[in-house]
Amino acid sequence: MTEVKSVVCPICGCLCDDLEVTVENNAIVKMKNGCSVCEAKMIHGYNSEERILKPMIRKDGKLVPVTMDEAIHKAAQILTDAKYPLLFGWSSSTSEAQRVGVELAEELGSALDNCCSVCHGPSVMATQEIGIPTCTLGQIRHRADLIVYWACNPWSSHPRHVERYTSFSEGRFEKSEWKDYIQKVKAASGKKKLEAAARQSRVIKYQPPPRPQTCTVDAPPQTIQKMGRKMIVFDVRKTMTAEAADYFVQVEPNKDYEILEALRCLINDQELDVEKVGGVPVEYLKEVADALVNCEFGVIFFGLGLTASAGRFRNIEIAISLTRDLNKKTKFVISPMRGHFNVTGANVVFAWQTGYPYALDFSQGYPQYNPGEFTAIDLLRRGDNDATLVISADPGAHFPKSAVQNMMKHPLIVINPDLNCISRLGDVVFPTQWCGIEYEGTAYRMDHVPIVLRKVVEPPEGVLNDEELLTKILAEVKRIKAEKAAKTPPKSTCATKKEEAN
Amino acid sequence: MTELLIKNGFVFDPINKINGEKMDIAIKDGKIVAAVNEKTAEIIDASGLTVMPGAVDIHTHIAGGEVNTGRILRPEDHVKDVERKTAITRSGVGYSIPSTFTTGYRYSKMGYTTVMNPSMAPLEAKHTHEELNDIPMVDKATYPLLGDWWFVLEYLSKDKIEECARHIAWMLSTTKGYAIKIVNPGGLESWGFGGNVHSIDDQVPNFCITPREIVRGLAKVNKLLNLPHSIHLHTNNLGLPGNYSTTLDTMKALEDIYTGDKPVCHITHLQFSSFAGDGWGNMKSAADEISKYINNHNHMTFDMGQVIFSETTTMTADGPFEFTLYQLSGHKWVNADVETETSGGIIPMHYKRTSAVNAIQWSIGLELALLITDPWKIFMTTDHPNGGPFFAYPKIMAWLTSRKARMAMLKKCHKKAQKRSLLPSIDRELSLYELAIVTRAGQAKALGLPNKGHLGVGADGDVAIYNINPETLDISKKFRTARRAFGNAAYTIKDGEILVKDGEIVKTASGRTMWLDVNTAEPCVVDEDMKRRFREYWTVEYDNYPVFDHCVKVPEKITVKASV
Repeated sequence: MTEVKSVVCPICGCLCDDLEVTVENNAIVKMKNGCSVCEAKMIHGYNSEERILKPMIRKDGKLVPVTMDEAIHKAAQILTDAKYPLLFGWSSSTSEAQRVGVELAEELGSALDNCCSVCHGPSVMATQEIGIPTCTLGQIRHRADLIVYWACNPWSSHPRHVERYTSFSEGRFEKSEWKDYIQKVKAASGKKKLEAAARQSRVIKYQPPPRPQTCTVDAPPQTIQKMGRKMIVFDVRKTMTAEAADYFVQVEPNKDYEILEALRCLINDQELDVEKVGGVPVEYLKEVADALVNCEFGVIFFGLGLTASAGRFRNIEIAISLTRDLNKKTKFVISPMRGHFNVTGANVVFAWQTGYPYALDFSQGYPQYNPGEFTAIDLLRRGDNDATLVISADPGAHFPKSAVQNMMKHPLIVINPDLNCISRLGDVVFPTQWCGIEYEGTAYRMDHVPIVLRKVVEPPEGVLNDEELLTKILAEVKRIKAEKAAKTPPKSTCATKKEEAN
Repeated sequence: MTELLIKNGFVFDPINKINGEKMDIAIKDGKIVAAVNEKTAEIIDASGLTVMPGAVDIHTHIAGGEVNTGRILRPEDHVKDVERKTAITRSGVGYSIPSTFTTGYRYSKMGYTTVMNPSMAPLEAKHTHEELNDIPMVDKATYPLLGDWWFVLEYLSKDKIEECARHIAWMLSTTKGYAIKIVNPGGLESWGFGGNVHSIDDQVPNFCITPREIVRGLAKVNKLLNLPHSIHLHTNNLGLPGNYSTTLDTMKALEDIYTGDKPVCHITHLQFSSFAGDGWGNMKSAADEISKYINNHNHMTFDMGQVIFSETTTMTADGPFEFTLYQLSGHKWVNADVETETSGGIIPMHYKRTSAVNAIQWSIGLELALLITDPWKIFMTTDHPNGGPFFAYPKIMAWLTSRKARMAMLKKCHKKAQKRSLLPSIDRELSLYELAIVTRAGQAKALGLPNKGHLGVGADGDVAIYNINPETLDISKKFRTARRAFGNAAYTIKDGEILVKDGEIVKTASGRTMWLDVNTAEPCVVDEDMKRRFREYWTVEYDNYPVFDHCVKVPEKITVKASV
């Protein structure tokens, strides 16, 4: 039995690196510090029955196990035969594998895209429009006295975000607010107990809770102007994060842009001649605006509720504009809540090798970038590509039907540790190691801090990791291309033709 | 192994005091040797060509978190400048923030063989090294930003120089860095809450220390650790009118630390620290005052930070300065603070001849390089990409070596700049020998790289050959020919291998990453208390903080013995 300390969690963009894992007989049996999502993967998930252990090729409609060499040859053959393949995924793989991926795409002249195009692609586009004032998460831990979560629910999606980096973390200049939270929870549960007791003694007749109306916003509590850390949540529904917040503003769906713009007006001392914006009374927004301006160091975290609702990248742009304006009055930063543990890394690696973070194309021999044209869903729906390689992602479960249907018309190669939705549809399916559990490599946290994932257990025998596998495919592609070039005689150029004519 | 003989070139090797002599250079196994077997060696006929050591760039932002955020920020910068994949080279994009492969190729085409990345947030060191791994063709190193690191501020405010030195030694080895970089000392910590410091005696909030104490303390630390390079300093108040007095104060503050052997400080991109006047309206050059001081003192080295009239991207760890630029321009703005260590910012910029301020900045850079009489003190850089992209270096070489070239440019500049410029009064034109000092020999010497920047026996086999015949071509008159020659090296030889021929890449190489392993007599103690402090200060565990050995593809460890 061995205990491994400082293990990095390969799940979400928080990339918590303080896990303590107990390994027995090459299996993780116990762990400390991890959230429930982390435990689910690290203890049970990675070793499920759905694990792929052998490469498979579809023969007569069925996936049959083959040797690694055969599968690699088949995959390389598919990719070189295709006129315009698409390589998609990358967000749950290491940076080392992503590097090889870019080279493979360049060699093939293919399209290359990562999961960013279905999550924070709009955030990248907004950044390209007006930049982004941001910082690393530790800066927020030490300094932020106002934390705004907008259209995201870290309590469920990034369970340790609040505890490690924001309200409940202990910084040099700002103290943790978890004691206040505990008191609040205790008070709430006490109230519930009293109510239950009252019900049992029939003092109060039980009434089912009222159906929530479309939008209900309470007035800001007194505490919104208090000293110390405050948390404000803007969302369309009351999430777990909203429950923990000092103030929750329920936004009408698709009205985020309006509210952000209204806040911008208010902090720039402009009057609004309406009573409500996006379902929120302007007088309440005024108090929020006061809190924004009066903080020492504020931060807005935003999630997919902004990037995927009406307005898309314009929502982010206006949120960043608000942050820019606030910087003239105080210190304010804004940060996207990136999802997968290395989706930021995919952006980072693609950018240093090609200049662009996602939605790439190499068909001209040099990198081109155009979201909407080279983003995976758009490309698939138009039916532009004629082969697909999916790595560490599951577009089968998350892409629109029409995109998946088009994907299925052509050969599909899948590299994934377990049999997810897209692996079941693949023509060539590779097993791979779980990165961060069975092999190490670099990942980038949501704030672009690189952390090296650790190897905790040995991988199953004969299973390669993403980087090794891609390197082999790349080598095979190069070999097949060289073979083809040797077979076809060199095309005669105009000059040689002229010479021949003479 | 491979042998190479460069025959009959005009050799300019200032470190060995060779000034344009016709001679042969022999390389064996990647090192310069006295002679090789002429029958078996590969021979390059360099008759009628200029032979220099491979060029060295002391300050160029080519890799790391900030640079890459700049890449993501500016697709419009890349789309106009693309590089196709070839049989041997990878594809990529320019312009002001080129992708990694393109960076290496373009440097090599100009005869550069060593480049230094000057700004790395220690927390993001792995990122910088991953990018450096992907920059081919050149040797490289990187300087961690240490001027506003909380450990440094705390130790220096208590005057614990030795303890500070041990931690810096630990940090250099941990982040695989090469020198101590200080940016706007104290200002970056103040920027954590949106403030800044405005003179070298301003107090840094929450830390009871002043910029003067930080710079002096780290200069002393640098001395104790015997680091090859001095501290590498970006001064306070950079880029603001009237800042030359701060620069002078900083230089004066370090006078007594100098003991006569090695310079104690390198002030980088001096142009941005030499503004006179008290507002943008009457901003003018302080090159005269600054160069007078420098000509009378020997305790420091400098680089130009020359401005090029072009579209570019400014990026610096000086977050408050970038905020000032944002307020001035309203352009898209990135701010990137890093916990416990530093900050950062990015703003796109277009330096225009028709802007009085930009044209004056252009003039200041050249004035400094020409008025500072000793070429071993000031080196050629653009602070890429802050003053302009590095592949504009041949333009600067032309301006430095030809009065005609710079006067032609000055004539096209804003009237105010023409009136205020000192350039018409300066006749000095750098010779090829002096040019070799400001582009390689001086830089290598200031960096403390014994095997770079010269062609003596034992040096690295890094050679640049340019299509310039000093006997027939007067570079001060035919500056356009010279500019072309410097932009497209006839040969670039790296470790004895020909990488570039006639401005085209013929072979690729990885290049090494140099880093310092500083051995202190008593190593920095990492006990539970230190780990606890670590956990409080950063959001990354102590065990996950270092740049592991496998993160650097081709490392070159340089061991330094410290006197502490």
